[in-house]
Amino acid sequence: MNRRAIEILLVLLPVVAAPAWADNHGQVEKGHQVFKKWCAPCHAPGKKEYPGTVALYAKYHGKKPAALEQRTDLTGEMITYYVRHGVTVMPFFRKTEVSDQDLKELIAYLTRKH
Amino acid sequence: MSLPLPPGTDRATFNRAMADCRKVVGDDWVFTSEEDVLLYRDAYSPLWGEPQERIPAAAVAPSTTEEVQGIVRIANQYRIPIYAISTGKNLGYGGSAPSMTGSVVLDLKRMNRILEVNEKQAFCLVEPGVSYFDLYNYLQEHNIKLWIDCPDPGWGSLVGNALDRGAGYTAAEYRNHFDAHCGMEVVLANGEVLRTGMGAMPNSQTWQCYKSGFGPWIDGMFSQSNFGVVTKMGFWMMPEPETNLKGVVHFYHYKDLIPMVDIMTHLENSKIFTGYPDLLSPLFGTPGLIGVHDFWVNGPQQRDEEFQALAARGAAPEEYEPYAEKHHIPFWSCIFSFYGPEKVVRAQWEHVQETFQAQVPEVEFEEREFYKTPLTQEEKDNLKHSGQLGVPSLKTFVIGARTPWNSHPSHGHMWFSPLIPRDGRELLKVNDILGKAARELGLPVGFAFNTPFPCWERCFMFIIGFLLSEDPEQNRKSREAFRKLVKIAAEHGWGEYRTPVIFQDDVMSVYSFNDNALLRFHETVKDAVDPNGILSPGHYGIWPKHLREKKK
Repeated sequence: MNRRAIEILLVLLPVVAAPAWADNHGQVEKGHQVFKKWCAPCHAPGKKEYPGTVALYAKYHGKKPAALEQRTDLTGEMITYYVRHGVTVMPFFRKTEVSDQDLKELIAYLTRKH
Repeated sequence: MSLPLPPGTDRATFNRAMADCRKVVGDDWVFTSEEDVLLYRDAYSPLWGEPQERIPAAAVAPSTTEEVQGIVRIANQYRIPIYAISTGKNLGYGGSAPSMTGSVVLDLKRMNRILEVNEKQAFCLVEPGVSYFDLYNYLQEHNIKLWIDCPDPGWGSLVGNALDRGAGYTAAEYRNHFDAHCGMEVVLANGEVLRTGMGAMPNSQTWQCYKSGFGPWIDGMFSQSNFGVVTKMGFWMMPEPETNLKGVVHFYHYKDLIPMVDIMTHLENSKIFTGYPDLLSPLFGTPGLIGVHDFWVNGPQQRDEEFQALAARGAAPEEYEPYAEKHHIPFWSCIFSFYGPEKVVRAQWEHVQETFQAQVPEVEFEEREFYKTPLTQEEKDNLKHSGQLGVPSLKTFVIGARTPWNSHPSHGHMWFSPLIPRDGRELLKVNDILGKAARELGLPVGFAFNTPFPCWERCFMFIIGFLLSEDPEQNRKSREAFRKLVKIAAEHGWGEYRTPVIFQDDVMSVYSFNDNALLRFHETVKDAVDPNGILSPGHYGIWPKHLREKKK
């Protein structure tokens, strides 16, 4: 590949790559909104205020971050399980609350650091 | 788990009914698969996993009043029972599950429009799917100087909570959520739409400004009932006060409870204070509203040997008096909450102090908190009970959750919550009788003395909490204990204001004056307005005729 061809490729690359990146970025941002609406009231960072954060702090004693947004080990399967099955005092969520699309976006947000 | 069919309906008929529902709301909003329908179980069901657990047959989620009408007509045509929920977050009182297995849940969560907020007249008009969080965020985004009055869980529905006659924590006029409503739109069982109060007049200019309209005021018939599906509801709202002041009065003697309650009640009825009066017992460690979160996070306070010895021998409350005196710990405290301009609230607090000083010896006073509005984010984050400042949260779900103190989290909770008179002697009596009964029934009683919830102006609510388990045997014992408490309380004239779905027949049965005249009236109304018995059969103990006959 000659130098001109490389230059053209470098110019085109962001244009070609942008839609995929934008899609993911858009999903993450939408997932952030889902998190803020449905998860943050229990799982926001804070040592004592938020029941979900308190519970995860008590469970992991600092071995994992108590605030969900700081976790890097969450998978789509785990997130789906807890949203649709709940755990202890956390209820599950109906699809009129967290739709399958919302759930996909939430997963994109909570797994963005992987 | 296979899904049930509505009682008396065959599979083919049910499928036709669901196909017709799809034509009304679209394919995406009729849920018939097991995966989707089981999300309508009550996450806090006291019957979780047992054969009697209430399981729906399907769920349908309309987005407009017209769609609700369409679904109700289909239900009538096929004789399919439907069970309306608003946000479905009535956890501890039934959640999103129906009263009767095989009902189709009518999920109104998609009806989430805030139709009007009128700042000048201080009211709003909302649909059932609007949560307290939704309305709060709307007020913040639009810089509207009105407050919401929310119950503990902020994801609850204004409409649903009011219809279930729930309570909040700001000024008395707004705490009683049903009393604070003004005007409804209701879809009746025949599919017709009715508007109550001034809304009955076409083009009315005062639907949310005058409650009763003209003629019989029927709004109450649509609360704690199954006579219609409420699709819009207006509420009066509290103008944002300039300040909130909280002052504490400490009492050092056991018998002070009696004048404390009398004086507190008189001051409240005289509107000297309008905020939620928070009762607690520092001596017994009963935390009151502002301490309940810390209690569940950190557990009960550590006690010295002398206190433990009193507790171990089951000392009566009055026997703690020498201990309280020696350590100068208040037997009781009451936190008074005032809303308004600073000059006014300080004058009110001064009057409260003067009144107690004149009538109860040895009281002490303490100004606890003072806020100017609008609150900063930091202030909001650090509020001991945000609901008292009109800020919704979900902090209540720390109850029974895993915490550094509680390594055995529950799987939900339910409340036994009878009403008792606002009288100190009665409060001592209810503690003695229900406290003793609870201990005999093996219930974990957290405190040596339970302080009541004074959310209503003319009575107390006395709450005994039950934590639920994954163990059916444990839940069976809890259910039995709950039913016994209903009967014991009724023998003393204390009835519940609201109860979990599975106990609604039990509680309705103790409202039995004159051979159950009230229930018989409800049944007469039910048969007249919903002859096919399709709306929420069994809700609040009201069953349609064909199911009453089956029950016999």
